[in-house]
Amino acid sequence: MTTPEPDSFPRLAPGCRLNEESQQPRVLLMPERALRLNGPSLEIVERCDGWHTVQQIVAELQRIYSKAKPEKVEQDILGYLALLRDHRALDFETQT
Amino acid sequence: MSAATSGPLALVAEITHRCPLHCVYCSNPLEMAKRDRELPAGAWSRVLREAAGLGVLQVDFTGGEPLARPDLLELVRAARGAGLYASLITSGIPLDEKRLDELVAAGLDHLQLSFQGAREASANEFAGSAAHAQKLRVADWVKRRRIGLTLNFVIHRQNLGQLDEMLALTETIAPGRAEFAHVQYYGWAFANRERLLPTREQLGRSLETLRRAEERWRGRIRVEYVVPDYYAKYPKACMGGWGRKVLLVAPGGEAMPCHAANVIPGMKFENVAARSLREIWEQSDAFRKFRGEQWMPEPCRSCDRRALDFGGCRCQAFLLAGEAAATDPVCSLAPRRSIVDAILAEVNSAPPAAARQKIDWIYRPNPA
Repeated sequence: MTTPEPDSFPRLAPGCRLNEESQQPRVLLMPERALRLNGPSLEIVERCDGWHTVQQIVAELQRIYSKAKPEKVEQDILGYLALLRDHRALDFETQT
Repeated sequence: MSAATSGPLALVAEITHRCPLHCVYCSNPLEMAKRDRELPAGAWSRVLREAAGLGVLQVDFTGGEPLARPDLLELVRAARGAGLYASLITSGIPLDEKRLDELVAAGLDHLQLSFQGAREASANEFAGSAAHAQKLRVADWVKRRRIGLTLNFVIHRQNLGQLDEMLALTETIAPGRAEFAHVQYYGWAFANRERLLPTREQLGRSLETLRRAEERWRGRIRVEYVVPDYYAKYPKACMGGWGRKVLLVAPGGEAMPCHAANVIPGMKFENVAARSLREIWEQSDAFRKFRGEQWMPEPCRSCDRRALDFGGCRCQAFLLAGEAAATDPVCSLAPRRSIVDAILAEVNSAPPAAARQKIDWIYRPNPA
């Protein structure tokens, strides 16, 4: 499993989206499956909009979860993004 | 049995049995619903809202061919309006770019396109219709729009030899997801079973090929396939368990635990026109009949796997053993496993090459 590039822009792949904010529980919907999202995983997926780089997502979550070790937060996020990529839920776009 | 269970997660909306294709392994029942019995769009809209209220997240519009309904657009809009993820399970016929644009604008999330093979002539033979070229066009149109695309290859004895070509076609189209689905032996496939079951050797080779493709495409194309259950050691967890995760509504409004359940004698399905989906899900005899573990015979009842595969498939138990509450005969622990072994012995004694002569397929017709 390779690690996502820090300066790439993760974006939900075609056919993948969050359910509405008014719906509980929040889930990531994708072809023929759905993934339930808890606090941190929802924070991550909400930022996979093609506008945040991997690095920016890491920095923002390190701020939100400031009590956790920053390296641990980074490691968890990279692992989660790679998992979503392997589910084919994310594209990683490179822009200049 | 715990009374009412959690809600279903997926609704299979079988909106019509009409179809331009006549596939020899169609999963529709041998007795199909006629057009004038189809639920109107208004009733479907209510069903979709009730489904969302029950906790359903996703709806699969299927058939027959769902595109055969002129009001499909209204149904997709109603699904999204109810907060559901909307998938279209289709042959791609009849579809043009204008209608696809309308479906995307209505909120269609995902389109699953079926393929009968990679070679035009034989694909058309299995479909009983000249459909293959149109499917290639549809795949291209979908790729140029921002919705999910799954390619679904239905595989069996007569087209497993084309598996490498199917993989090459998949790689060219590059969908997000590709299913290589062995035919399941219900409905029309049961009638054509001897012509469709692969040999053990064919199967082994195909599984190895698919494992390699899955590895090669990781992160690009999600590959899904399963061992056809006649060859498996344990049965499949059919529908994720009877009345546990999935609810199907047939064209005429009958709510069913699975699409084949009407082969089981004495089953009575309540109609969504007469009762709410919640009442049907929680209280109807059909959904409660094989829910939980009370109905299970031995060896299921004391089996460690009973919460994994739920004793397998009730419809298959009836089709093979003549008894819906029997342990699924495909299970290696089933008292009636010898039925499946006898079928496999026959299939594996005839070489698949010989089967490529002209075959007398039983094609599914179109309901009036």
